[in-house]
Amino acid sequence: MSETLTHAGDPAHDRTVSGVAIRLEGVTKRYPGQSEPAVDAVDLEIAAGETVMFVGPSGCGKTTLLKMLNRLIEPSGGKIFLGDEDVTGQDPDQLRRRIGYVIQAGGLFPHMTVGTNIGLVPGMLKWDRKRIAERIDELLDLVGLDPEVYRDRFPKELSGGQQQRVGVARALAADPPVLLMDEPFGAVDPITRQRLQDELLRIQEELGKTIVFVTHDFDEAVKLGDRIVVFDVGARVVQYDTPEAILAEPAEDYVADFVGAGATLKQLTLTRVGDTGLHTPVTAAAGEDSAAVVTRATAAGEQYVVVTDGRGRPISWPSVAELTRTTTVPATRDERLPVVGLRSTLNDALDTMLAASQGGVVVTGRRDAVAGVLVVEQVMAAIQSTRGETRG
Amino acid sequence: MTAAVDLAVTAPETVEPGGRRDGVAWRGLLVQPALIVVVAVAFVVWRSTATLTDAEARPLGWSALGGSILDHLQLVAVAAVVVLAVGIPLGVLLTRGPFRRASPLVLGVANTGQAAPAIGLFVLLATWLGFGFGSAVVALVLYSVLPVLRNTMVGLQGVDARLVEAGRGMGMSALAVLLRVELPLAVPVVLSGVRTALVLLVGTATLATFIDGGGLGLLITTGINLNLDTLLYSGALLVALLALAVDWVGRVVETLARPKGL
Ligand SMILES: Nc1ncnc2c1ncn2[C@@H]1O[C@H](COP(=O)(O)OP(=O)(O)O)[C@@H](O)[C@H]1O
Ligand SMILES: [Mg+2]
Repeated sequence: MSETLTHAGDPAHDRTVSGVAIRLEGVTKRYPGQSEPAVDAVDLEIAAGETVMFVGPSGCGKTTLLKMLNRLIEPSGGKIFLGDEDVTGQDPDQLRRRIGYVIQAGGLFPHMTVGTNIGLVPGMLKWDRKRIAERIDELLDLVGLDPEVYRDRFPKELSGGQQQRVGVARALAADPPVLLMDEPFGAVDPITRQRLQDELLRIQEELGKTIVFVTHDFDEAVKLGDRIVVFDVGARVVQYDTPEAILAEPAEDYVADFVGAGATLKQLTLTRVGDTGLHTPVTAAAGEDSAAVVTRATAAGEQYVVVTDGRGRPISWPSVAELTRTTTVPATRDERLPVVGLRSTLNDALDTMLAASQGGVVVTGRRDAVAGVLVVEQVMAAIQSTRGETRG
Repeated sequence: MTAAVDLAVTAPETVEPGGRRDGVAWRGLLVQPALIVVVAVAFVVWRSTATLTDAEARPLGWSALGGSILDHLQLVAVAAVVVLAVGIPLGVLLTRGPFRRASPLVLGVANTGQAAPAIGLFVLLATWLGFGFGSAVVALVLYSVLPVLRNTMVGLQGVDARLVEAGRGMGMSALAVLLRVELPLAVPVVLSGVRTALVLLVGTATLATFIDGGGLGLLITTGINLNLDTLLYSGALLVALLALAVDWVGRVVETLARPKGL
């Protein structure tokens, strides 16, 4: 499990990289009739395979800058390079087929099935039918949706979070080296958002795209970003650094204000669930003989047992007392089971516990299998220790 | 550990698949044709049994009647083809970039076309283009293009701009976005405009008779001129039945052509 524990804040850690670098030179956008440019001569280098978060106040030019990368907005000046290639003059339609684009709520076409939506770009690139069909299933798997169930559904038959997953799958369809995301998770509830973030981290771990992600949520930036760009009006780059560095040493008062007074607690956002000492629970497969499981748990001194499905994924978290009342371990899925990923932050874990009114969460790792459990006391201990550090 | 686990079965989050609404829509579509058939049969029975004067019997003879109906439908069909061929492309054009600015002007003209008294339009065009079928078609087109034009524009403008952006953002050309995203999503609104136009056409085509354009209007004007109420009522009834039938066909097409998933 060591590779899943690599910290996102360390851009040097080795992982798969399928992305390319992006370089901006003096990129400028003047909208007609406005005296000040919306984006004023921005220079920026984004390394291949990194996730870079754009944060800054509303109207500071984040979206404008992002959309100039795929030329949905034509720059008024400057140059944009993908890898070593100057794409500033390239045919925009061709360029965009090499750049995944994810917007809020997924932007799925309501009159096309999930499968058709995902297959659009491969279709434009003239892949053959069989390859497209395989790719659709592969991507649905990747974003955690069962192809058999979801392939032929229409978007309105999906929840908001599921639509957003399909939006990500659609953007990844032709395996573009670059992914642009403009506040993609802004329209979903906090728990769903946190799951989608975990999902994105997992996918990125597997794929290593170059991701440019606009958000107004600094916690999200800290959680997802290898680096964060803090912008001021006119897309002036105020600070461009790792989340840790920005939290530790804000470049200007402006950044300190933006990061917020809760910076101590922001350290909670920097600590990944996987970085804490997780407790290893007693697990039981659904259908197992209850008595044997109870014996095992009692021997281990545990009061609770994590029940898993056939693929080792958690489905419920009953107490030993509850299990003694059954003959075999029930296969019932507890829809409210609090679950976070290894790369979730302590903040997420706390949120999830509060939302489920429970004192702990089940932590999942690769392929969503159980990796351990985290209880509220551990989170409290982490808060205590960071408070101690900042005071000292 | 303080975790309390609820083992009770909670309903999984499912979104119900579409298709439930279709049944209701179809039931509504059955009433109208039933009514049309009942009234049409009643008319045929009356026509076969009633004793008519010579002046009444001639235009109400089966072949004369059939001819009038066919003439009427021909007027409607030709005008409808022109209305679609002009209204839809013009509506599309007026929602595209630089042409958007011309839309108030064109809509103004189309509005005037429809607001003008229909009979005036017919006579005006006849004095200019001459009497006959051609002028009648031109007048009909001017009179009924507005709903198609306006609904095409409204339908296209109603498509979520973010979907257009999503399409462009994934590398679809402007034309591809129009054909694969905008038009399919605008279909319900456009078709309801087409149906309105067709119903308008069936009614207004009765006026064609004033400029020698033929159609069921002949029955009505003859009825008025010769003071024969039977002719007047027969003509009016047939036009109404035709309009209802066209409206029904329109509704069926709308139901069939509505994109799935909406
Ligand atoms: N299409 C446009 N036409 C004119 N001005 C625009 C347009 N889009 C954005 N702007 C202006 O450019 C500035 C930056 O906008 P935007 O990039 O959307 O900011 P952000 O995404 O950071 O909130 C704002 O002042 C906004 O009003
Ligand atoms: Mg924005």
